[in-house]
Formats: sequence, C-alpha cells, structure tokens
Amino acid sequence: MIYIDVQIDLNMTNGKKEASYKLQIQKNEFITLFGDSGAGKTTLLRLIAGLENPKSGKIIVDDRVWFDSEKNINLSPQKREVGFVFQDYALFPNMNIQKNLLYACQNESQKANIPKLLSLVELESLSDSYPHQLSGGQKQRVALARALICEPKILLLDEPLSALDNKMRENLQNELLTIHKEFKIPALLVSHDVSETIKLSDRVAVVEHGKITNIDKPIKIFSKKNENTLQAEIIEINENESICKLAILVGTSIIFIEVEKDEARSYKVGQKIAIDVSKVAKDN
Amino acid sequence: MDIDFIETMLLTFKLATITTIILLVIGVPLALFLANSTKWYKSIIETIVSMPLVLPPSVLGFYLLIAFSPASFIGQNLHDLGIDLAFSFAGLVVGSIIFSLPFMVHPIQSALSQLPKSIYEASYTLGKSKLETLWRVILPISKHGIISGCVLAFAHTVGEFGVVLMIGGNISGETKVASIAIYDEVESLNYAMAHQYSLTLFIITFAILLLVYITNKKSLGEIR
Repeated sequence: MIYIDVQIDLNMTNGKKEASYKLQIQKNEFITLFGDSGAGKTTLLRLIAGLENPKSGKIIVDDRVWFDSEKNINLSPQKREVGFVFQDYALFPNMNIQKNLLYACQNESQKANIPKLLSLVELESLSDSYPHQLSGGQKQRVALARALICEPKILLLDEPLSALDNKMRENLQNELLTIHKEFKIPALLVSHDVSETIKLSDRVAVVEHGKITNIDKPIKIFSKKNENTLQAEIIEINENESICKLAILVGTSIIFIEVEKDEARSYKVGQKIAIDVSKVAKDN
Repeated sequence: MDIDFIETMLLTFKLATITTIILLVIGVPLALFLANSTKWYKSIIETIVSMPLVLPPSVLGFYLLIAFSPASFIGQNLHDLGIDLAFSFAGLVVGSIIFSLPFMVHPIQSALSQLPKSIYEASYTLGKSKLETLWRVILPISKHGIISGCVLAFAHTVGEFGVVLMIGGNISGETKVASIAIYDEVESLNYAMAHQYSLTLFIITFAILLLVYITNKKSLGEIR
C-alpha cells in the first residue's frame, strides 16, 4: 500500500498557493488524477517520484519511507523505484529501443525480461529502431516498457496518451489495462479526459487548485457532477423554413436536434450546452 | 620545405590542440552550469565567458602581459614557482584558453539548453546517477555541440593574432605561430612565404569546418 500526505508551495496561475495532497493507493489499484490543466496533478506525480521536494509530510511505500519531513528522510529519485512515463516520452535519442530498455535494467533478470516486455507492447520487430523513427503511439509504448522493465513499486503516467489521435488512444488504453493487470502494481495516471478516466480507473481523484477534493469510483464521480445530463457543444445551426436543426457534438459523436426557430435564436455556434437525458425513449 | 615553415606550422597546431583539449575539460562543466543553473551569479559568469567575443584581442593581450610580468603580483608568484608565462609557449596556451573560451562553451551550452528537462529526469527515475546520466545520455546527445565547440576553439586558436602577438612576441620555435609568421613575412615583403602560410591555413580551416558540418548533419539526423 502507498500512503501519501504531503504539502508543497506551488506557483499557480493566480499566485503562490499551498498545495496539499492526501491519498492512499491500494495494492494493484489504478487511480486517475482528474482535473483541469494547472490544477496540480503532475506536481503530485513529481512529488512521488522525488523530482520535486515537498515542504512537509510523508510518503510511505510498502512500509518503506520515501519521504518524511519530521525524520529528515528524503530518498533521491534514483532510490525510489518508480516507473515514470513522461508526457513527451523522454526516450533517449542516442539509443535504439533495445538499448533504451537495457539502460533501465538494474540486474540480469530484468535484462532477460526485455524480449517478453517488447512483445507485450508489440514492438519486437522495432527493437533496433531509434526513437526518431517511431510514431507517437510506438514511442509511448517504448516509454511504458522502459518504465516497467525495472520492476517499479508504482507506475506514474503523466498524460501519456494526450498527444495521440483518438483511435491510437483507444488501442493504448486497452493495452494499458492489460499491462496493468499483468504487472500487478499500483498506477497513478494524470488525465483530463473523461472517457479515458472512466475506462481505466478503479478510483478517480479529482484535483482542484492543488488539492484532492473528491475521491471515489469513476461512475460516482462523474454521475454526481452532471446528473442525467450530457455535456455537448453546438457546432452548426441550420435554419429551414419553419424549424431549425442544431448539430451538436457529444463526446466524439455528432447528433442532430430540431428546435423551434425562436428558440434557436438563443443559441450560438461554439456554445456549451447540457442535454437532459433523464427520459430515455424506447426504441420501437 | 623550409624548416622554419614546418616548425611554425607544427607549433601552431600544437598550441591549438593543447588549447582545445584543456578547453574541452573546462568547457563541458561550464556549459552544463550555464545551461541548467538558475543561480543569481549565472549572468556574471556568462558575461565573463562571452567577453573575448567583443573585447579587442589587444586589450586582453595587454592585461595578460601585465599580469604575466614578473613585476606584477601574479607574475611574481608564478616566477617564484618557476613559471614564466610572458613570451613563452605556456603563456600562449593560457592566453588562447581565455580568448577561445566562448567558442567552446557557447555551442555546447546551446546543445544542452535544447534538451528537455524530462530527459535528465527519466534517467534519474531509472536509478541512474547524475554522472552516469551525463556520460551515457546527455553528452552523447549533445555530441554535435561538443564537436562544434572543439572545432571552433581549434580554428579560432589557429587564427588568433592580437593576443598571441602581445603576450608571445615572435620567437621562432617558441611563440611564433602561423598568423604572426604571415604578418612577419608581409612586413619583409616576402609575399611567396606569406602565401604559403596563408594558403595552408585556408585549406586546413576549410577542410575542418566542412568535416564538422557533414558529421553534424549526420548526428542531428539521428537525434531528430
């Protein structure tokens, strides 16, 4: 189990502010830190990895103290055994894929695991390629494999899928789920994508202004937020003689709604709206 | 071929080689500091490193000559240790190091500044020390900057005139380098010899720079 209770001063968009995170991660649990950009999600990952120093608090991982301000314990990132997947992947451009993984290994048994891990992320055929020869999705897989090869105590994923197109995202989300089950380690993902968060997480921690304001199962978090409504955006307004057709974007699908002409005047293209879905019509 | 010519050319390249090697040892840590530091005194160090770019070489040469003179505090102490830098090869090396410092530091600093912080951090989270990260990741990625720095420092030392003339003078086999020799030959209206020196420097400098641009193109291709 992982216990985190830390405080740090953050330079936020609206001035200096104290961020404070309290979180317990169970064995094998997949938690997503969900929130707007600049809310302090990545900071928590960096605090756990030792890349930022909290001003006070404790981080305990499987009974081993990584940070304790009272006892003056602060393990360096090198000693913390985390698997960190960076947003820009941070692959080493001077090494091919095989060597990127080899660099991360700390003993012979880890080295022996390279072929297995490469096949798990479907990259065996590319092991001699260099990072600049790979697509975004492939780079992301290498970064994931590299983070896992040294058998970390926790997997930290900083928006690893944000730079990819929708199809690739979906594939990798499934892959991430499979790999997480296979490796059986706790994982902390930073995301601001609702569908990704719901799909991947056991629990969601909502981060707002440098604090975890709510933590629960994804379905509870998101149903509480917008009960019986769908968030949508108007992308086109088509006026006919008597009625008006609105094209609205819900998630990645476009749906059409007919409204009265008078009513249509109150809408604008680009406007965010909520659609009431409390009454579901039966399909005859 | 004229023995004096060969001796002068050998001395020129010996000076440039020694200067480049010492500058490489000093330049890499200095560039690392300048590329990553947020300390208040960073700007001061940056200014000092860049000074030789804008300062007339004769100014630097003049102050170095005064510093090296046995009448000065530094020169006196060095003299007591058995080191005399004025009008000596060792003095030329010291002068060249100071004068070519920005040519070594700037390309390396610029290569290092382009690296995202996450490259360092990724290596640290994989359990690698700062030194190992530097040796196995950062320096190999910054290879093009390091090669550029070495070549520019080398070429600049070969072509240096003002500082060398001020602190070295024109002693055959000790401080007379090619650029001084050219001046010397022109002064005595010996244009054939001046041509020989000039053309040799021209060809060698062209070849070195061409080689660098070709290798840099290759290594940059690997990284991008």
